[in-house]
Amino acid sequence: MTDVPADVLARVGVSCHREQSVLPVERGAITTFVSASHNGNPVYWDAAVAEQVTRGAVAPATMLSVWFQPLPWVPGRTEEAVPLRLHFELKARFEYPEAIVSDNVATYHEPVRPGDVLTSEQRLVSVSEEKSTRLGTGRFWVIDVEYRNQRDELVAVERWTSFGYEVDAA
Amino acid sequence: MTGDAPPLTLVDLAPGQMLPELVHEVTPTTIVQGAAAAHVWRPMHHDKDYAVHRQGVRDVFMDTQTQGNWLERFVTDWAGPTARLGRLGIAMRNPVFPGDRMAIDGSVRDVETDDTGCGWVVLDLTIRVGTTVCTEAHAKVALPVDATDNPWTRRGEAWQP
Repeated sequence: MTDVPADVLARVGVSCHREQSVLPVERGAITTFVSASHNGNPVYWDAAVAEQVTRGAVAPATMLSVWFQPLPWVPGRTEEAVPLRLHFELKARFEYPEAIVSDNVATYHEPVRPGDVLTSEQRLVSVSEEKSTRLGTGRFWVIDVEYRNQRDELVAVERWTSFGYEVDAA
Repeated sequence: MTGDAPPLTLVDLAPGQMLPELVHEVTPTTIVQGAAAAHVWRPMHHDKDYAVHRQGVRDVFMDTQTQGNWLERFVTDWAGPTARLGRLGIAMRNPVFPGDRMAIDGSVRDVETDDTGCGWVVLDLTIRVGTTVCTEAHAKVALPVDATDNPWTRRGEAWQP
């Protein structure tokens, strides 16, 4: 018998929060990103090498979430925008004051290229029973985020494992 | 290996091999440029007052996306541009702050060829500051099986990361 509430169990396996990328995939952002890690890989700096090796310009795989990060301000928005919205919904549902991401694994499929328009969907994979850890008492939950390009080709799947919790009273 | 050296191929590798260490002296610019380039606007990655007084840490610290950025660079510095990242797992253990001497290390855990003929190397990666492990990571990276192969040409069923 699980102690996970029925309304939360009902969300397991159900896709939600389909979103289109905030920003289009473009070379300027790619250059800024690789500059931040002093990455001299010529596929990002030399169009001829990119054509030869990666069959055209590509974005670094680890840049995936960048295209979906909410901007701090956009006209007309009245509520705070958060990435990985399902995570924050679970945190609020369980009324946990704290939540941390403990693990993130991304699997990369089709390369992301300038001009691509990406969409993402979030899906709850599992929620644990309440348990005590050195951080406090709470639950682990696992969320998959699936990314596709404008041709509906799978680009990547990110799996986020988080722990929502309340610090135990001393 | 971003110059004229030939890219690594699978036959060059064996479990236990170490990757060349990458060391970077972290500055506030490292942290803030990384966060801005990753479009991470959470204040603990650019606002020292917030980091100290709200988060209880000594300074702004490096965000997860920026750590991924550095790890991807570390892998392709070693393997060359034909290396194609198939999978990356990151678990942060301790923050990386300005003033830290960040060292990235890696070793080959496994070398394999899958049913489609794609060559893979599995790497264990670590970001350390001194003796403190800040991040543990693992990567699955496709490499050419020989000088004529290029993992970037693989699509659909021929790409099984």
